[in-house]
Amino acid sequence: MDPHEDTELSAIVKMQADRHAAPAGLRDRIAASIRQAEAPSRQEPKSPGWRQWLNLGAAFAMGVLVSVTVVHFLSATSAQERLAQDVVSSHVRSLMAAHLADVASSDRHTVKPWFSGKLDFSPPVADLAQAGFPLVGGRLDYVGGRPAAALVYQHRQHIINVFVWPHDTRAPTPPAALEAQGFNVIGWEDKKMQFWLVSDLNASDLQAFADQLRGAAIAGSPSAPGKH
Amino acid sequence: MSGTDRTRRFEAAVLPHLDAAYNLARWLLRDEQSAQDVVQEAYLRAFRFFDGFRGNEDARPWLLSIVRNSCFTWLRERGREPIEFDEERDSEQRDPALYEATDGPERLLERKLERAQVNAAVATLTPLFREVLILRELEAMSYDEIAQVVGIPVGTVMSRLSRARSMLRTALAAADKED
Repeated sequence: MDPHEDTELSAIVKMQADRHAAPAGLRDRIAASIRQAEAPSRQEPKSPGWRQWLNLGAAFAMGVLVSVTVVHFLSATSAQERLAQDVVSSHVRSLMAAHLADVASSDRHTVKPWFSGKLDFSPPVADLAQAGFPLVGGRLDYVGGRPAAALVYQHRQHIINVFVWPHDTRAPTPPAALEAQGFNVIGWEDKKMQFWLVSDLNASDLQAFADQLRGAAIAGSPSAPGKH
Repeated sequence: MSGTDRTRRFEAAVLPHLDAAYNLARWLLRDEQSAQDVVQEAYLRAFRFFDGFRGNEDARPWLLSIVRNSCFTWLRERGREPIEFDEERDSEQRDPALYEATDGPERLLERKLERAQVNAAVATLTPLFREVLILRELEAMSYDEIAQVVGIPVGTVMSRLSRARSMLRTALAAADKED
């Protein structure tokens, strides 16, 4: 026994003093700000002048992060950008919380039925392993205030989250392509659903994946998305 | 894509200690929102200096030293709390009286201390004493680790901790009398 210790007092403090847990949301904000701090260095500078602008942009982004609250920051952006940020946050969360998939399977006949009963729509699930994009699994997520199906694919070491939800007149149109917090985001909508793809995969590979997925979704479910 | 790897390594090594970081900041600043802001800022700072961190060691003392330094900077800038103190004076002057004030070691456990009383008693300690107590009792850190976090010799950790405990006993005794 360490003579310096005071076991009685230690027990009181251990049992009775609060150990404050980090509030929900802090982890996500930190992860997002780290990604954002990281983002500029990941782009390919096209010229020295361009690099200077990037550094300036990074400094500005850091300033914004430290001095302005997230709420203020968000309110200055468009609805589409806000939703894109939400989609990216969900992506980051899925990577960090070791909670990538509720149903982990490369078989779409396992993943697709898993969603029935959990969502009031049936997301198209494509098998793109042949194209180099194996399915990892699926999970329920919550994006922009609505439940969404998140389908997880992989390309080399990169994880791709595909968020799918039914059309909603209030929802902004998905972006053709944009970059947010260092991630590439690609989106589109068909007659029934909106699709948002997020990954740290480079833009052209992600676009290739989007084309494959879009083709498969059209081929696989022209009228009845529930019939797989 | 080495930048991404760096981000992943950072997240894997440092994010698991978020609760410890927040708990320390929350106890030092005693304000939820300020603690969140300072912890977020400390993480960004840690991220910038991550290359200086050796990957094979535990990131917790390293992270917490950044967090505590950010907290003390925050306190100093706002003139919130007098944080300079004299180890000699503070560790000698009131000690004998303190031990007389508590009637033997078993008294504290006999009483039913409320959680709020214990929290309030810990809060009466000045930040430098509160800090070592929190790291020792709530984060279960070794003297060596605390020395690393605070940036003081192990001997000073032990004397500061002992002093913190005396002060806490006094505060708890006072809280009990008020009831």
